[in-house]
Amino acid sequence: MMITLTTRSRRMLAVTAGAGIAALVLSGCGGGGGGASSSPDKFGVLINAENTEIPDVLAVLADKQCSTENETLPIDFESVPQTNLDQRLQLLAGQNALPVLFSAGNAPALTKTLAESGNVLDFEKALTDLDALDNIEPAAISTIESLYGGFNALPFEYNVEGIWYNKQLFADNGVTAPETWDDLVSAAETFNAAGLTPFSASGDQGWPITRLIGNYIFRTLGPDALQKVADGDAKLTDPEYVEAAQAIADLGAAGYFGQGVGSIDADTAANQFMNGSAAMYYMGSWTLSDFADAERNQIGEENIGFMPFPSVEGGEGDSSQLAANVGLPATFNAKSYDENVGSWLSCISENYGSTALADKQRVSGFKLNTPVEDVPPLTAEVQERISATDETVLWFEALFSTKATTTSQTNAAQLVTGDISAEEFMSLVQNDL
Amino acid sequence: MKQVLGDRKSILILIGPALLVYTLVMLVPVVWSLGYTLFEGNAIIGFQFVGLDNFARMLTDARVHEALWFTIRYAIVITIGQVFFGYLLSLLYVFVLKKSSGIIRTLAFFPVVLPTVAVALMFQKMFEVAPQNGLVNEFLNLLGLESVDWFGNSGSAFLVIAIMDIWRSMGFYGVLLYAGLVDIPEDVLESARIDGASGWRLVRHIVLPLSLPVLLSSIIFSINGTLKVFDSILALTNGGPGTSTSPLTIYMFQTSFTYGEYGYGSSIALLLTLLCLVVTVFIFRSSRRDLTKG
Repeated sequence: MMITLTTRSRRMLAVTAGAGIAALVLSGCGGGGGGASSSPDKFGVLINAENTEIPDVLAVLADKQCSTENETLPIDFESVPQTNLDQRLQLLAGQNALPVLFSAGNAPALTKTLAESGNVLDFEKALTDLDALDNIEPAAISTIESLYGGFNALPFEYNVEGIWYNKQLFADNGVTAPETWDDLVSAAETFNAAGLTPFSASGDQGWPITRLIGNYIFRTLGPDALQKVADGDAKLTDPEYVEAAQAIADLGAAGYFGQGVGSIDADTAANQFMNGSAAMYYMGSWTLSDFADAERNQIGEENIGFMPFPSVEGGEGDSSQLAANVGLPATFNAKSYDENVGSWLSCISENYGSTALADKQRVSGFKLNTPVEDVPPLTAEVQERISATDETVLWFEALFSTKATTTSQTNAAQLVTGDISAEEFMSLVQNDL
Repeated sequence: MKQVLGDRKSILILIGPALLVYTLVMLVPVVWSLGYTLFEGNAIIGFQFVGLDNFARMLTDARVHEALWFTIRYAIVITIGQVFFGYLLSLLYVFVLKKSSGIIRTLAFFPVVLPTVAVALMFQKMFEVAPQNGLVNEFLNLLGLESVDWFGNSGSAFLVIAIMDIWRSMGFYGVLLYAGLVDIPEDVLESARIDGASGWRLVRHIVLPLSLPVLLSSIIFSINGTLKVFDSILALTNGGPGTSTSPLTIYMFQTSFTYGEYGYGSSIALLLTLLCLVVTVFIFRSSRRDLTKG
């Protein structure tokens, strides 16, 4: 009996040990699947699918200025829809499989988390070591630091945001570029009465609507209004914050975003403006490359004007405080950084600014080391505005968590269709902060 | 053979590999996931033991309540729709079309084999209002009615989801129930007819009780599938507008993978598992009585 028990125990032990070894082998295969934690054999780039400019410009660099780096470490693109970006980054980081270069998350909070866990390169140090820190505009570094708490991303775009308007429609309807919120509402009323869509906006994406709420808050309560919310000194459910959501909800209730705003995606919203059926379009300066596309832009680039979000009478902020951001910044994986990646970083920082402007009419936070001729007038106007701006403000969700950002953007369409009230909207976001 | 199956070593050799794979790909993840319910965090920042905090949080989380309520509503409406229309189809096959039902069965079954995402995209286009009217809104305009923003309102979005999912799966239940109906002995039906039963009375007193076992299986199939719905809603409305059409599965997915809260996400998954278990046990228990007696 004793012998039988011992034999059975041994067998059980053998089976258990076998299962354990198999589990270890399998889990070993799962971790670090991409093998990116050591020296990479390719320059892997993961960019959100909506951002076509970064891959296009990088492809040009790989062909021309960075061809030597590309021979050593060939560039390899991968894209993911913006809405799935944060999720993909978290999964890849969990598997230690982040590519060499990747779009920073939708929510800056995610990039902070990735940086704290050692997944994000410290560009201050890396660029100083490469003697390339001078290639980045100090204003862009300052915006990045205020967002991420450190120089943890590269400014592949440096954008200002505001309202683009159709000059012809404004002239035809006797409307001048609004300077106050009341002027803006009155202009929208005029266009609506004329059978035009006053504002083209994507409710499917949500953020073009929440940007309006954020801007209204900055204009009424001042540039630090959302920092107070992030610090817990104020709540989005406070009446003065709800007022902002109500103002934008009122635009929706009056039908100023047109029909089916919740189903309109980013491309459709851009097309509505560029085919002349919408008078105004809130967007960042990254949209300049859309405007430069003669096939898409039927109203002509010369027919488009730019105005900052207007001041609200009696508010503590004003329209001189331009909304600015570093576009959808991308960052480098600290764990796969080596000499070859450093060469790529050096080459990108030196050449990206001029190439992006020359090829894509895109204003970035990289310095223009090669002068660019024939900049389109609208792009030049944006550049002038950027250089003339002393104070910038962030956007509504800039300081929120991933969860609050998602809640804000997925509920924006409901706010302007009247499905939820301004109080409910702010309360939903506040609960997820 | 008896000698082989009576030998423990042989049994181990025969079932060992399958058992090992099953343990690794099913049991270990399930236990692992259960373990996660007691932790908070993710693979980036690490995990912290929080005891039953995740369950306490679930009790007060309005999103869980909303998602749970949507899941239950969806499961009830879609199960009734799928099984009811599936049963009507099966009755049509057996009693009206009889032996020539092959082509109709194939056509009704066709949506089942289509990829869910393709069906969802088709319905998105059909019910579209922007940038241009879809088929449905064009039809409404033809009747002199205004276009409807079907996906802009939670009620109408739910209606489109229900229409799509019932249409998509009723062919499957039609075939499943058809298999049950053809099993009813012809002589039983014949004697009922001789006794004067026809039409609704024949269905009510003879066909329905005799096809109840397969009907019950269909309900269990359907309710378990609908409680775990994910792909069709994700592709059609992405849980919107807002979060008004988000079932527990989508909320669980977002919590775990978008917000990076694996522990809380696992707790929501456990809630869903328990819900499926309770519903299935409840249906089984309620069907224990002898089906051939009144």
